[in-house]
Amino acid sequence: MTLEAGKCPNGHVSYPTHPRCPECGEPQEETFDFSDQRGEVVTWTKSTATPPGVRQPNTLAIVEFDVDGDVVRALGQVTTEEIETGAEVEPVYVEELRDPDVGLKRENPESQEWGGYRWDPV
Amino acid sequence: MGVAVIGASMTKFGQRDAWIQELLAQAGEECLDDAGVTPTDVEHLYVSNMASGEFEGQTGVMNALAHDLGVLPAYSERVDQTSSSGGAGIYEAWQSIASGASEMTLLVGGEKMTHKTTGEATDIIASITHPAEYKHGVTLPSFAGMTARHYLERFEAPRESLARVAVKNHKNGVDNPNAQFQKEITVEQALDSPIIADPLRLYDFCPITDGSAAMMFTTEERAKEITDEYAVVSGIGGATDTHVVHERDDPTVMGGVVESSKQAYEMAGLGPEDLDVAELHDMFTILEFLQLEGIGVADQGTAWELAMDGTTAKDGNLPINTSGGLKSKGHPLGASGVAQGVEIYEQLVGEAGPRQVDAETALACNVGGFGNCVITTIMEAAE
Repeated sequence: MTLEAGKCPNGHVSYPTHPRCPECGEPQEETFDFSDQRGEVVTWTKSTATPPGVRQPNTLAIVEFDVDGDVVRALGQVTTEEIETGAEVEPVYVEELRDPDVGLKRENPESQEWGGYRWDPV
Repeated sequence: MGVAVIGASMTKFGQRDAWIQELLAQAGEECLDDAGVTPTDVEHLYVSNMASGEFEGQTGVMNALAHDLGVLPAYSERVDQTSSSGGAGIYEAWQSIASGASEMTLLVGGEKMTHKTTGEATDIIASITHPAEYKHGVTLPSFAGMTARHYLERFEAPRESLARVAVKNHKNGVDNPNAQFQKEITVEQALDSPIIADPLRLYDFCPITDGSAAMMFTTEERAKEITDEYAVVSGIGGATDTHVVHERDDPTVMGGVVESSKQAYEMAGLGPEDLDVAELHDMFTILEFLQLEGIGVADQGTAWELAMDGTTAKDGNLPINTSGGLKSKGHPLGASGVAQGVEIYEQLVGEAGPRQVDAETALACNVGGFGNCVITTIMEAAE
């Protein structure tokens, strides 16, 4: 259970990780777990029209973290229905963020992870 | 080699009984007739379509259409670039003529969507996202909600400015007989409609749509022999932005729009000040602002003013989405970029009827995903 960012030899950081750095194309060789850090809400929405298998409403936020001196942003569900821009949040792990057995990927749920972190207002 | 457009067509957009193969054939046939081209003269056929397999269980639509239209043995190819499949089809068609590989290219874009529930259709479209995004249940409308909130808060833009985009495009759509909605709405209706992805409401979003559109491309030389009324593709560009939306440095900058329009302007030897009319990808009202800024018509954080002061209205200095846009015309994914091309072609050759504006130079910007892939096309009236 990690929230992992990747870092390339030129010091560029991204979440999620990529085989090659999106900035410069070098391989990402290091990873950083930032699941124990607090971040700040950049923007958010409360989505009321959600696809099959997704909670309704589904409040989502893009949160900015400071990972080893670099700015890293991550999208995630919020534990509350309402939140504020600029609010401080911390990641909390959830086994299944949506039901993999309904929706487009129901016949191949093993194709991706379904667990992950929600943002919990501090 | 100069590339010309000599014919265009689109089906009625909306909830249609026809399935994908029939929709594509309808626009394709009408385009052959409009251009006055014999099917056997078609050398390349491109079919813009995002997800006929996922929506309908029908694949291989390019070969099916080639057979149905009698254009065999033309080279045929399906073009998928999600919501910008239509623009990508224009790019492919342009390349086929510009390179000399084809002298007559038919492009048909289409999608059949309305037989699915809104949730199912939203899920098919959301499947373009990164698994790290998809598992959170993110949808394209929720990206729009997050971006709109950021834009409104950061640039202190009034919420009403987004409603004005919807009101304008609905008004333009009244004059488009092929639009899904030919119905005016008011600012109050838009602001009172149900919340879909806070702060965006129902009228900030385009509908789910069935439909098809087509364009015929040839060399400028051949176009002159065939007709007096044609348009020229004078500039085109395509670019890709990050797959993961939150990885962009600035959530209000659509990098693919900036880069593709830069390429198109450079090829055409033109700039934003030369445009007379444009079709922008208003899948969500906020996208009209981001594209106006991306194509250089407005500075960052100021495009909302153009919706408020009437600059982008049909009788304004730069009419945007005279077709009604995706907002009122509808958004059959693979057809939308082609339908944008159809509208600017009709504007340039003077066939836009009640939607007609005075235009010599026009731009179309087709956005795939949430700005993941973008095609910008500039067309000019033949001299």
